[in-house]
Amino acid sequence: MSPPVAPPGWSRWLVPPAALSVHLSIGQAYAWSVFKPPLESALRLSGTQSALPFQLGIVMLGLSAAFGGTLVERNGPRWAMTVALVCFSSGFLLSALGAASEQYWLIVLGYGFVGGIGLGIGYISPVSTLIKWFPDRPGMATGIAIMGFGGGALIASPWSAQMLQSFGSDHSGIALAFLVHGLSYAVFMSLGVLLVRVPRTEKPVASGPSAFEGVQVSARDALRTPQFWCLWIVLCMNVTAGIGILEKAAPMITDFFAGTSAPVSVSAAAGFVALLSAANMAGRIGWSSTSDLIGRKNIYRVYLGVGALMYLLIASFGDSSKPLFILCALVILSFYGGGFATIPAYLKDLFGAYQVGAIHGRLLTAWSTAGVLGPLIVNWIADHQKGAGKHGASLYGLSFVIMIGLLVVGLVANELVRPVHPRHHIPAPKEAADGRREQRA
Amino acid sequence: MADESNAPDRRALTVLAWLWVGAPLCYGLYELVLKARQLFAG
Repeated sequence: MSPPVAPPGWSRWLVPPAALSVHLSIGQAYAWSVFKPPLESALRLSGTQSALPFQLGIVMLGLSAAFGGTLVERNGPRWAMTVALVCFSSGFLLSALGAASEQYWLIVLGYGFVGGIGLGIGYISPVSTLIKWFPDRPGMATGIAIMGFGGGALIASPWSAQMLQSFGSDHSGIALAFLVHGLSYAVFMSLGVLLVRVPRTEKPVASGPSAFEGVQVSARDALRTPQFWCLWIVLCMNVTAGIGILEKAAPMITDFFAGTSAPVSVSAAAGFVALLSAANMAGRIGWSSTSDLIGRKNIYRVYLGVGALMYLLIASFGDSSKPLFILCALVILSFYGGGFATIPAYLKDLFGAYQVGAIHGRLLTAWSTAGVLGPLIVNWIADHQKGAGKHGASLYGLSFVIMIGLLVVGLVANELVRPVHPRHHIPAPKEAADGRREQRA
Repeated sequence: MADESNAPDRRALTVLAWLWVGAPLCYGLYELVLKARQLFAG
């Protein structure tokens, strides 16, 4: 499939909704927990078993983004969005079949494996195209799309819950809910497939620099540069620090103020989690757009440096002031979202727009690593401290110190980022021709 | 190359596309605000 080139007069403001239609859909993955309790009772599953489709989905997201990036660059965004639509929707349809026939392995295969491929290809599908359409504001453009991934769960969570309430929580009700999800997301994502266009390269799409000007590095060569691995560490550390709070947000705020005069109720803790989701989403568009003004290196200095300071404040004074605890957690989560959304623009600055989608896909392995690392640190330490007879805020003190250390590691990696050495650059056509003439002479 | 001045007006399509993604996002944000209010109520 050849990439769909925009006809004359095509508005670049049609591309962000195309990207959002995909990201708002695949962001449903973070609302999987809505299906867990009904599945556990209908199919007699344990909590670990019911988490399998989500876990496999996230593993497949990382793998398909890492290995499918080059295919996405070669075949273009419409091909990628079509693959994402087919995989994500058929994942739900297979799950519907699995729930109806009470074959749980079909739900794991459908939602986790097939749907997970849709997650990975869908996540990277619009990145390169948006950067090419918005060379003047790449941070804002990718921020809009990646904000959609955060927003997807906000939509799916109440929608899926209402659907299960209407259809029932037995296996046939779950099957019907999966079926409606599969069909609805297919229709919703089709907007992206129909609208997405790549810009014509002979004419700049905006005043200012073209996306194809300056340094261009292939995805294969990018992996051989220290810059790629520095950014891998930066993303991994930033995400680990965010997940550290996100994963245990509700029990954390309850534990922090359990022994105080103002304890936090279960419903208030749920409100805190919702507020963190809003900060995560706002950070994606807000901080990523700010990076267009102050530069990518500076914004990561803020994410990592101020993030470490926020953790220090929580660790030192968090249990004495609820507003301070909430404020610091919100700032950390906004940096978590901002880190995700700004990384494509940082990659574009260093490696050019040539294969930025494929490079971004490979960098997302840092997310998979952080997804294991963050919860592991916080949960293991909290369990260990509980075993040692500790309670309240002291369950998390050591975790926070580790998070500060990780953020400092990320800060150092960010400081080590330099422009890519010219030996990795793809020669411009004229330079390549001159090179060939020199070789012949 | 086709003349850009003769290109069709795509403002209606742009509005429709943004409504397509904006409407469900607003629903999600509304539900989020309802939930977040519990933090200050309890």
